[in-house]
Amino acid sequence: MALADTRTGSSEPPKVSLLYNPALRSVLYQVVTLVVIVGAVWYAWNNVVQNLARANMSAGFGFLNSRAGFDIAQTLIAYSSDSTYFRALQVGLLNTLVVAAAGIVTATIVGLLIGVGRLSNNWLIARLCTVYVEIFRNIPPLLVIFFWYLGVLALLPSIRTIFQHLEENPDAIFFISNRGIYMPAPIFGEGFGMVVGAFVLGIVAAIAFTIWANARQRATGKRPPVLWVNLGLIVLFPILVFLVMGSPLSLDYAVPGSFNMRGGMSIGPEFLALYLALSLYTASFIAEIVRAGIRGVSKGQSEAAFALGLRGGHTTRLVVLPQALRIIIPPLTSQYLNLIKNSSLAVAVGYADLVAVGGTILNQSGKSIEIIAIWMLVYVSISLITSLFMNWFNAKMALVER
Amino acid sequence: MAKKIVTALVGAAVLGFGATASQADTLSDVKAKGFVQCGVNGSNLAGFGAQDSQGNWAGLDVDLCKAVAAAVFGDATKVKFTPLSAKDRFPALQSGEIDLLARNTTWSISRDTQLGFDFRAVNYYDGQGFMVKKELGVKSALELSGASVCVQSGTTTELNLADYFRSNNMDFKPVVFEAQDEADAAYNAGRCDAYTTDASGLYSIRLKMANPDDHMVLPEIISKEPLGPAVRQNDSKWLDIVSWAHYAMVAAEEFGITQANVEEMKTSANPDIKRFLGEEADSTIGADLGVPKDWAVQIIKAVGNYGESFERNVGEGSPLKIARGLNAQWTKGGLQYAPPIR
Repeated sequence: MALADTRTGSSEPPKVSLLYNPALRSVLYQVVTLVVIVGAVWYAWNNVVQNLARANMSAGFGFLNSRAGFDIAQTLIAYSSDSTYFRALQVGLLNTLVVAAAGIVTATIVGLLIGVGRLSNNWLIARLCTVYVEIFRNIPPLLVIFFWYLGVLALLPSIRTIFQHLEENPDAIFFISNRGIYMPAPIFGEGFGMVVGAFVLGIVAAIAFTIWANARQRATGKRPPVLWVNLGLIVLFPILVFLVMGSPLSLDYAVPGSFNMRGGMSIGPEFLALYLALSLYTASFIAEIVRAGIRGVSKGQSEAAFALGLRGGHTTRLVVLPQALRIIIPPLTSQYLNLIKNSSLAVAVGYADLVAVGGTILNQSGKSIEIIAIWMLVYVSISLITSLFMNWFNAKMALVER
Repeated sequence: MAKKIVTALVGAAVLGFGATASQADTLSDVKAKGFVQCGVNGSNLAGFGAQDSQGNWAGLDVDLCKAVAAAVFGDATKVKFTPLSAKDRFPALQSGEIDLLARNTTWSISRDTQLGFDFRAVNYYDGQGFMVKKELGVKSALELSGASVCVQSGTTTELNLADYFRSNNMDFKPVVFEAQDEADAAYNAGRCDAYTTDASGLYSIRLKMANPDDHMVLPEIISKEPLGPAVRQNDSKWLDIVSWAHYAMVAAEEFGITQANVEEMKTSANPDIKRFLGEEADSTIGADLGVPKDWAVQIIKAVGNYGESFERNVGEGSPLKIARGLNAQWTKGGLQYAPPIR
């Protein structure tokens, strides 16, 4: 017994202090870090509350339920001066998201075109794209916004000119003025849901058909006419349903009111200036990223593809682009985040984004610390969600190593 | 180890709370640093707070800042100006960046209580109005239904605008700018049909337009806007000095004391005037206020009486040519009324 005990004892590691246990240590460090962070936040918050109390101000988010009292021009959800501050912040957040989303889509498309254009063999196209990039990349975004707002949109015809134009051409339905773009608004009648349903169904069918076509191509070597069939499914089918349902769509035209156009749909110059500036500014950076990405794929890759008999379009789509995307996506994420954050420059032209609305609330209620905390929280959240999505997309595009 | 860190943290926290700088005595702070830091209008609002081409500040609010400096130091140049936007002005005062806010700021109950400020004096009784282009043919604000209205964000103006249109069952499209200059430019470019702010501001902005005669201010005044200096709450000594600097200017006008005759007035037979100017032998008015005995003399020498300051900045002596109206002395049907100085 005693002998066995000794033997088991000798096979155990020598007894050391718990402090040197790696597992325990790593937990300990994390606990300490957490305590420091929580302590620091708690300290900062307490300090704020105390200092505010000394300045005879209260801290807290209760004010968000009070009546806002001010009006907002661009609202996507129902809002009036009787709504709460919280509702106003929601309006601002939505406006930020809209301009950011629209900006990201446009910046990506324009950036892709310009980036590819710079690599073009056509001397004029390549030079024009270079000029574009060098101009927009080197001007601060705020100036680009002012350029569009005061330099372009403000110089468009005045609303009075539009009224006169309408008297002469009563059939006109689309107007561009210095108060924005006016166009007819669609009014969806009964049965329009069926058209939307047909459209969704068409997309699903098109995806299914593509999968089947790919399988068939692999099996027989023949490629079914994917483009034409899909076009029919996505475009023709909904149009057919639309006609069968008796065209359940009417238009609400913009007509002259006392001071502005009434009815219809309008896009204000504030949104347009911000949207154009953000898109075109960020597009110049994206163009460079795209160019770098394509340049980053070694020439041997496309030469090999050509040697295998792939055509130009297939080489780009199947060989070059997938590899280029791996280089493009990480810096592209940064540009998206920059665009989202730059949208806060909206305040300069009076577009009611989160910062503009928050700034008004800050001034009306005096709750500066709370509003700034909300701003930071919202922008961090939007940015993190964007990053998460882009990281997921990046992981999907990354080289799968076996 | 963790325990030590927690102990240290708690210790630091307790210390942090203990070590709190007192802000409640602005007068001592001002005397210690040797000048008054005054928050004024940052967008060149002629008549209230604006810089000339040499960078010299002038205006009704600027005169009040100078008057406070003259009262405290006997020297109206001991003042530094912080130009502020409508949005930045309150945090600037709350944080202690400025000692006094004289930026055509409306005195309202929420600003007095919720924001942690104190108001007492009103150096300009204003009201909100509308300016439109004459070519619109609009004669009254009640004809503005459906109009786009340019307004500066974070002002009482913005709230009054919403309330006015709402209570008259009219709709409007607000075009909101943070900076007044941008609102001016947008109105000038035809982005809005009407521009709204305090009537005094409208006259000032009208002068900035390419052709001032193309614009008119509508007759309606839709709000009460008593503009006055604000200080941080619970600092009554400082509030006293700021308020009485204004009242001294008003009282001087009532007594007929001007920049020119203030020295002669010292020998006046009127005991009220002698007391006011610190010429009464055993007068403790200045000392009780916490300023030199001749504080009122210094104010009048520096900026003149209220009437002089008014005429020079916004009245007949200025391009604005605003009539005294509500800002006349109470003896002449106005609202400017200095409490007795005794």
